[in-house]
Amino acid sequence: MYEGMFESFDTIYFGGGTPSILSPRELETIITALRNAFAITPDFEMTIETNPCDLTSGYAESLRSLGFNRLSLGIQSFDNALLSFLGRRHTSRVAEDAIINAEKAGFENVGLDFIYGVPSQSIISWKETLSKALSYSPSHISCYQLTIEDATPLGLLREKSLLHTIGDSLEYGFFMATSRTLDDAGYIHYEVSNFAKHPLLRSRHNEKYWNHTPYLGLGPSAHSFLQGRRWWNHRSLHNYMKDILAQKKPVEDDETLTMEQLETEALFLGLRTSRGIELKESCGFYKDDPSNSLSAVLKKLIDAGLITLESGIVAPTIKGLAVGDSLALSLLHTM
Amino acid sequence: MDRIRNFSIIAHIDHGKSTLADRLIQHCGVSDERTFRNQILDTMDIERERGITIKSQAITLPYTAKDGHEYILNLIDTPGHVDFSYEVSRALASCEGVLLLIDAAQGVQAQTVANLYMAMEHNLEIIPVINKIDLPAADVNRVMEQIDSELGLDPYASLRCSAKEGTGIEDILEAIVHRLPSPTGTPDKPLSALIFDAKYDSFRGTIINCRLLDGTVRSGDIIRFMHNGETYKVEEVGHFLLARHPMESLSAGAVGYIIAGVKTVSDVNIGDTITLDRNPRPQPLPGFREIKPVVFASIYPIASDDYEELAVSLEKYKLNDAAFTYQKDSSAALGQGFRCGFLGLLHLDIVQERLEREYDLSIILSVPSVRYRVTLHSGETMMIDNPIHFPNPVAIEVSEEPYIRATMFFPEKYMGAVMKLCREKRGETPVVHYPNPGRVELVFDMPLAEVITDFYDKLKTITQGYGSFDYELADYRESPLALLDILVNGEKVDALSQIVHRIKARERALHACERLKEEIPRQMFKIAIQGAIGSEIVARSTISPFRKDVTAKCYGGDITRKRKLLEKQKKGKKRMKMVGSVSIPQSAFIAVLKSDES
Repeated sequence: MYEGMFESFDTIYFGGGTPSILSPRELETIITALRNAFAITPDFEMTIETNPCDLTSGYAESLRSLGFNRLSLGIQSFDNALLSFLGRRHTSRVAEDAIINAEKAGFENVGLDFIYGVPSQSIISWKETLSKALSYSPSHISCYQLTIEDATPLGLLREKSLLHTIGDSLEYGFFMATSRTLDDAGYIHYEVSNFAKHPLLRSRHNEKYWNHTPYLGLGPSAHSFLQGRRWWNHRSLHNYMKDILAQKKPVEDDETLTMEQLETEALFLGLRTSRGIELKESCGFYKDDPSNSLSAVLKKLIDAGLITLESGIVAPTIKGLAVGDSLALSLLHTM
Repeated sequence: MDRIRNFSIIAHIDHGKSTLADRLIQHCGVSDERTFRNQILDTMDIERERGITIKSQAITLPYTAKDGHEYILNLIDTPGHVDFSYEVSRALASCEGVLLLIDAAQGVQAQTVANLYMAMEHNLEIIPVINKIDLPAADVNRVMEQIDSELGLDPYASLRCSAKEGTGIEDILEAIVHRLPSPTGTPDKPLSALIFDAKYDSFRGTIINCRLLDGTVRSGDIIRFMHNGETYKVEEVGHFLLARHPMESLSAGAVGYIIAGVKTVSDVNIGDTITLDRNPRPQPLPGFREIKPVVFASIYPIASDDYEELAVSLEKYKLNDAAFTYQKDSSAALGQGFRCGFLGLLHLDIVQERLEREYDLSIILSVPSVRYRVTLHSGETMMIDNPIHFPNPVAIEVSEEPYIRATMFFPEKYMGAVMKLCREKRGETPVVHYPNPGRVELVFDMPLAEVITDFYDKLKTITQGYGSFDYELADYRESPLALLDILVNGEKVDALSQIVHRIKARERALHACERLKEEIPRQMFKIAIQGAIGSEIVARSTISPFRKDVTAKCYGGDITRKRKLLEKQKKGKKRMKMVGSVSIPQSAFIAVLKSDES
């Protein structure tokens, strides 16, 4: 179905949802199918998101022998009260066992995922979770500040005023504490929510989303991107299956990005990373023209300690990463 | 001519004038059910929504009276707001009598009295009509007492009706026929027609509404406007039924329209006299006044690209509003715009609303100002209605501001609160009357500048809706004035500058700073807002920055959503005004204009 569209793949990512619910046999079927259908480079990175409950030592070993070389573990927290507030099946004990099982199975590249900034959480208890995580010296840590979406269980509580979000100044406190703690431990804060022990241990796969690298998403709701075009599969499993059985691409909708849209995306995605964005004449950026309103905005942002500007590259500071959305908007406005 | 009656309905706002007009029109069979819309005379949307008449209109009603004769009743509708009192006076000068409409529940109010005085000035026959007798709160006996004691009219000459339910309408029509005098005048004398309204028609140019006092006019005549001396050839004359109804001629006593190739309504002065060029009347009719705006404000487009469109819209709008004035203006903070003159705050509201609604423009208004008089040491006197032109304070010998004489009516128990309000608004020399037990008529001299903010709203609030208000311009009085500037992060927002009374400066500055603080969204850096008189900072407020807004996750499926949000926000930001690096929303400008509601 996708023959000839993509040259080769150097990363494969099983995620979005809980793929560790699949048995090794089922995973094998998928991997075999992928290998038959697509060219996969020899140095590929293959990641699977796993729920700590699922990662028994036997399952970890199976994953390893299936060729997975990177694990993303949804730890969320080492605080049992918080885990139950978040509705997680596992406990802190289970989470720690999962990390040990991964190590034992020979995984060298393990990423731990956390949620922070939960209404009842204190910065102290969050720091305790972080130091426990650091004690395992994982190669990668993702720390996602809690986002409460409308029409989710937490969203409904918030709507009824039964839950109060912590407010931007406390959110900022959490964000900075996270960054500082992990920086002290030698981790690189390379994206808003992502930290790597070493530059080479950044998630190769996720970076593709931020660089407009071509990617193919398989499964319901999955997004794909190729040569300025983005498409996404049916959300509804029913429609998805119907198209698949009819040997059709299960595409719900697509968009072809204009140059301006590509630049807008490059801008806000770039400003989410410590790498930043390059100022280019083509997108209306002129480095040394003080009459340009961009210059005035840049100066203001530099003075406020939110960005740095060196050899034509605008990079957010840690403080700037915290307001990445507004940074993007203020620069976009001058374009 | 003895079968013609020219009359108007006068009333305090909301006493049911338009509804009664509709009933009369309906009863005379001018409109059938199919064409009948409530409040036919109020044709503009805004008039319909606000329940007030903004422009005068006239309609001719053929009525067969009980005596078997057919009469021509010309109903001249008048604007119902103090901003338009000159137009009202010209409409009344075109009548022989009025129906003075009084709400049976609310009784006599400030404009009832003001309108009565105006009708008396024109020696009109007055028929009091008590309306809304169907209301549960109606108190006809009390209103009759008020008609006697407060208006000095014979209460037993009053009629009763419910315009809403259509009762008492025929009695009113009979009273118009039998109690109002027929017009006097001579068709053979030189033409003498009083212009009481003009409106613009995109096909025919200006349609002039007038009352003929003497003479005759027919198509082909060359007419002359006596005040500006311009001459035009008449294309059509006629009267209004529901639409224009052309006729051979209009003669003394008639009310009708003239179409004569006049391009815009600004070429016509309300109150001017039309005569024939070849056989003119020696002098124009008395009572003419040039309409002068008293409130001024600048209008800027939110998006500077819309400037041309704003210019075109103002030009179009002006076609139909002779009282509105505008000229180019520019602001360092807001770019190109226009300085506009209005008859009052209601007029300003109407213009703003029509520009936004009919012309689909998003605009920002500067703080309204009255016209101040400043005399410099050099002896030069300047009239200043734009803070940008306020002279250097050291050069000022005397500064003066316009005062009005305000007349208020309200139940006695609100006396303390109203007195306090008037004092706060720098009211002077109060005169109190008790026209009736329990009711107060209070007359205060007040600076116009204090009234144009929200005086009337406040009066209504503190009197729980029972207070009414009317005013006339009085004179200029000496007043220590200062120029208050508002600075956002050190940059002056000139559209927020205002000329203020020295003792009010701090209060106004604080109000502006607080309002801006509420309305300007927090941004990535601290925003300092200051109120300054010269280099002296008299008030300040600070908007603390927000520190965290970034979305936690941004992977495959999140990117499109995020981009769309940004594109939308970028558009929204275009509708804000950038002052330095601070984006100020339209609502912030509006909030500063409004006085505090505390």
